[in-house]
Amino acid sequence: MKDNIPTVSIQNVSMKYQSPEGEIEAIKNISLDVAQGEFISIVGPSGSGKSTLLNIIAGLIKPSAGKVLVNNKEVTGPTSMVGYMPQSDQLFEWRTIWQNIILGLEVQRKLNDENKAFVEKLIKDYGLYEFKDKYPSQLSGGMRQRAALIRTLAIKPEILLLDEAFSALDYQTRLIVSDEVKQIIQQENKTSLLVTHDLSEAISMADKVVILTKRPGTIKSAYNISLTCDSKTPLGCREAPEFREYFNQIWKELDVHV
Amino acid sequence: MSEHEAYLRQRKLYKLKVNATQILLLVFVIAIWEIAGRLGWIDPFIMSQPSRIIETLKNLHNEGTLYYHTGITVLETVIGFISGTILGTFIAFILWWSDFLSKVFDPYLVVLNSLPKPALGPILIVWIGSGPSAIITMALLISLIVTILNVYSGFSQVESDKIKLLKTFGATKLQVFQKVIFPASVPTIISALKVNVGLSWVGVIVGEFLVSKAGLGYLIVYGGQVFRLDLVMTSVIILAVASAIMYRIVLWFEKMLLKWR
Repeated sequence: MKDNIPTVSIQNVSMKYQSPEGEIEAIKNISLDVAQGEFISIVGPSGSGKSTLLNIIAGLIKPSAGKVLVNNKEVTGPTSMVGYMPQSDQLFEWRTIWQNIILGLEVQRKLNDENKAFVEKLIKDYGLYEFKDKYPSQLSGGMRQRAALIRTLAIKPEILLLDEAFSALDYQTRLIVSDEVKQIIQQENKTSLLVTHDLSEAISMADKVVILTKRPGTIKSAYNISLTCDSKTPLGCREAPEFREYFNQIWKELDVHV
Repeated sequence: MSEHEAYLRQRKLYKLKVNATQILLLVFVIAIWEIAGRLGWIDPFIMSQPSRIIETLKNLHNEGTLYYHTGITVLETVIGFISGTILGTFIAFILWWSDFLSKVFDPYLVVLNSLPKPALGPILIVWIGSGPSAIITMALLISLIVTILNVYSGFSQVESDKIKLLKTFGATKLQVFQKVIFPASVPTIISALKVNVGLSWVGVIVGEFLVSKAGLGYLIVYGGQVFRLDLVMTSVIILAVASAIMYRIVLWFEKMLLKWR
């Protein structure tokens, strides 16, 4: 694959929902390219269609207009090229950690020795090996989130979609988990799209922050983020001098009226 | 002795006290019943008596009819119970699969649920014949509609995010059912089972009252008609023990299936 082909290319995507009350235009004419290895955060007011956009990329719904390409192939339905991280970990309580992690492979009937070895390496690398036969209720919030991430990585997706992925955690755990997740994503060199309400999270984790307008959501502006920090972890980068500037600018752009 | 040990001891003592009182209460009631009969406070012919119940049990045991009647009733209940659960879960699956069918059948299910099923007894006897199959059908009918409604509502209450997660893996509708809807509903199905145990006994006894050829229900009706209250009381006690055992088995089953809790 050539470098100039973006991993994800969103081209003029619009989405209208039909309901008895009328037509709702969720997003309108969104175009965005995500390069290999890039981490993009999408922020916007509630109802700006952030989740709609992720659902379209994941192939769960068909856009009313426009198309999405992943690795130059049009998305027509869910594929293993796209890995989705839901709000809260959504581990299945009746399955052990190992059984949870191989869920995607099981569904896609790809549970062969090679993939099993790959998953085994992941859970060893990220410190869950001793917990593989435990049930989710026996793990801490941070470990559960790591297990959920490994479940997504197990199907070897080209791009990770994080849908408010940390919003169910308490504040402290959230900071630590987003650090861990970012680290793992960097190590595995994955392309990622994060949808969030939390501006600090968006800025500290991403290479680029995209701001959506109110419904119907369109791209208002985009900021390339470069923070001068030594540690290169999201938590450490919150200390960077530029952080506050970005925060204030994006906050103004969001134009929040209560 | 540490504070924790003292606490544990106190807890144990309390539990012991509850158990002891339970047993004493039972012994007390049985003793009063027996004494009241002997002293002529009550008429043992109408009220029966523990010693006469034991006597009746012995006789039934010697004649072999004890096991015959108990066996028939238990068998009918187990068949009605299991088929009601399986069929009910299967119909709930169909309703989950097709939103159209679930909308169509919703008002009918509500009406059938509120209908007192024993009213169908005479119809069943005419259609199926007066025999064990009519009794089993009664037990099945009495638990079926409740099972469908409970299990279907369990299926529909599974978190939509869990379903969404599976769909992003490209799961088919059948896979969604296998991997998340059914396992997530196991607790609901088990609580349906617990209700069904009781309902199946009701169905079988009502059925035996109507058809009346064999079984504990038959013994109760027969004993009442010929004024042998000993026989009626004995059958009721056997019934109580049998249904308690069956409930215990369901509890054990629950513990096995819900190990992850």
